[in-house]
Amino acid sequence: MATATDKIQRLVDKEYEYGFVTPIEQEVFPCGLNEEIVRMISAKKNEPQWLTEWRLKAYRYWAQLERAGAEPRWANVTYPPIDYQSIRYYAAPKQRKRPRSLDEVDPQLRATYEKLGIPLREQEMLAGVAVDAVFDSVSVATTFKEKLAQLGIIFCSFSEAVREYPELVRKWLGSVVPYTDNFFAALNSAVFSDGSFVYVPKGVRCPMELSTYFRINAAQTGQFERTLIIADEGSYVSYLEGCTAPMRDENQLHAAVVELIALDNATIKYSTIQNWYPGDKEGKGGIYNFVTKRGKCLGKNSKISWTQVETGSAITWKYPSCILVGDNSVGEFYSVAITNNYQQADTGTKMIHIGKNTRSTIISKGISAGHGQNTYRGLVKITKSADHARNYSQCDSLLLGDQCGAHTFPYIDVQNPTAQMEHEATTSKIGEDQLFYCQQRGISAEDAVSMIVNGFCKEVIRELPMEFAVEAQKLLGISLEGAVG
Amino acid sequence: MLEIKNLHVKVEDKEILKGVSLKINAGEVHGIMGPNGSGKSTLAQVLAGRETYEVTSGEVLYRGKNLLTMTPEERAREGIFLAFQYPVEIPGVSNLYFLKTALNAIRRHRGLPELDAMDFLALVREKMELVQMDESLLHRPVNDGFSGGEKKRNEIFQMAVLEPTLAILDETDSGLDIDALKIVARGVNSLRSDERAILLITHYQRLLDYVVPDRVHVLYDGRIVKSGGKELALELENRGYGWLEEEAKVEVSR
Ligand SMILES: Nc1ncnc2c1ncn2[C@@H]1O[C@H](COP(=O)(O)OP(=O)(O)OP(=O)(O)O)[C@@H](O)[C@H]1O
Ligand SMILES: [Mg+2]
Repeated sequence: MATATDKIQRLVDKEYEYGFVTPIEQEVFPCGLNEEIVRMISAKKNEPQWLTEWRLKAYRYWAQLERAGAEPRWANVTYPPIDYQSIRYYAAPKQRKRPRSLDEVDPQLRATYEKLGIPLREQEMLAGVAVDAVFDSVSVATTFKEKLAQLGIIFCSFSEAVREYPELVRKWLGSVVPYTDNFFAALNSAVFSDGSFVYVPKGVRCPMELSTYFRINAAQTGQFERTLIIADEGSYVSYLEGCTAPMRDENQLHAAVVELIALDNATIKYSTIQNWYPGDKEGKGGIYNFVTKRGKCLGKNSKISWTQVETGSAITWKYPSCILVGDNSVGEFYSVAITNNYQQADTGTKMIHIGKNTRSTIISKGISAGHGQNTYRGLVKITKSADHARNYSQCDSLLLGDQCGAHTFPYIDVQNPTAQMEHEATTSKIGEDQLFYCQQRGISAEDAVSMIVNGFCKEVIRELPMEFAVEAQKLLGISLEGAVG
Repeated sequence: MLEIKNLHVKVEDKEILKGVSLKINAGEVHGIMGPNGSGKSTLAQVLAGRETYEVTSGEVLYRGKNLLTMTPEERAREGIFLAFQYPVEIPGVSNLYFLKTALNAIRRHRGLPELDAMDFLALVREKMELVQMDESLLHRPVNDGFSGGEKKRNEIFQMAVLEPTLAILDETDSGLDIDALKIVARGVNSLRSDERAILLITHYQRLLDYVVPDRVHVLYDGRIVKSGGKELALELENRGYGWLEEEAKVEVSR
């Protein structure tokens, strides 16, 4: 007789749909990491001297941490030591010349993105969404660039930004996440290969969603992308990233850095649908997603809002955070993280209140199934200067079955007595009782699970831009539904 | 409507139902009484299709079909409704949304068009009136934080909306104040018709004053040891179950 746990597990198991490999000629660097590799990456991109130096400084800092065995171990995740010398730090599809238009992009690559549901021809795209497509270490195409340029909006690959807008990059790179921030941020700063760059000029409301689609393809290769978004005074931008990878038995490392800067009265909305390969049912393979994401509300009345739907990765280690410097600035974090089988997630946020009347909201929803372990880790810090700061935090956990786990570690550090803090936490479980109750009312067990999961996540899903809410719901469906029996 | 033949059920190697036979015709209301632990809820849950209980022998026919091979949701869609002794809480899912999903699943099964939001709301309003349910409960998550009485009333409300062919009420009257009891009775009575049957599990004769049963059965240690008319309920209330033990022993030894 099937136990409730088995039954629920059958409902949540579903094959990973994006696990294919694109057979394409690659240019790869040898495995291993040293100063030479860092210089090669920089040379490959014809980078200016200052950037090569910055990378090298980051590398030396990282190497020192590595030697000291200072890889972070505080997260509630376990994995065997990573051999950083067996990883490749650069892989790119061979291209004879840089494509001038989307039609010149290698048909193999175009086909790959089409298969992933991201057509790169503008006329075929979702209206109102511009895409930067990053394949392993390089950006292969960016759509709607000209249209955005008419408004003065810069949306391009990071490499292009370094070439075309070096002053902007130099001014802001590392200003939110310095390379000394943490082990993986240092690693990324040394070897980052590509990513997206966005600048929205004063007073401009970006008329379309900007998005980057990250695809890992090459084996044995790490992906280290870097995203930098600057919203100038009074501007608005909504940005989304999506990610997938092939199914492989060995683990692959993804260590990204994202920096957001919002000046006076500017708003940045950053949404992530993360669907990296999670590994198989026994926990073999999958992506290690060790990411540093941080936004700085530098200007008064500025706002940064993070929304994430995390369904993938073998291990997720990620804390999209806000530093609320400007008076009246607002930070938000909405998250759904799912761990199934042997997935582990340690995710949450940091809200650092510095300016007066700063406000932050944290809504975190963790769903665990199988042997999945889901940890919320969050810090709310109210510094001395932050008069009348307010925070509302809500951390809910949903357990499907009884072998998974949910953990919450909310850290609170209040140094100003005028702060108002509110914290709520719940843990609920979909057990056999609930399924049977739904079934007794005519609802199939499968629909019952997705109804309960949807109900649980809806506060977060509704924060996503409309086009992506549908995709997220589908994805939640994908990772939680599946054939019965 | 429902025919149970010599049903044996065990859970974790313990036999709980030891040969239950019962026949309920369309249009009838039957009451089941019996001491704590005698197997009343087990019977109700087995009829609804709970997998924890293993049917070791016996047969159950529902409208001529073998009930035991049907999944719980098929049984529900075929018109079986169980008002739970302990209604389950489903956080995050609004009562209204839950009920609409259920109703439409049942309607689809019967080849009927799904109700749109307007029609559904009209139906809900009407039934809310019937069981005097507070509107605020509709928008709250299913049973989440409901008081004991509210949960029971919510079961009757769901029953009224889903209009089952066979309704099984497992101690829906327990823990209700007298006004709530009357409301529950009204809900049940409004369902009574020639095409439907109702099985009332209860400890109290009180409910049977308001919903007058055609037959009353006594379940004792996994067996129906006595059946009779509505007066049997009164007798049990006055005499308790002790005297039945004697009769049961006689039965078994015979
Ligand atoms: N899942 C289970 N696991 C183990 N024992 C069970 C289980 N379900 C029921 N039982 C046992 O079966 C017997 C009958 O239980 P049941 O709930 O059917 O009684 P009941 O007649 O409804 O009692 P009450 O009047 O108290 O509601 C009890 O001894 C109970 O402990
Ligand atoms: Mg009972």
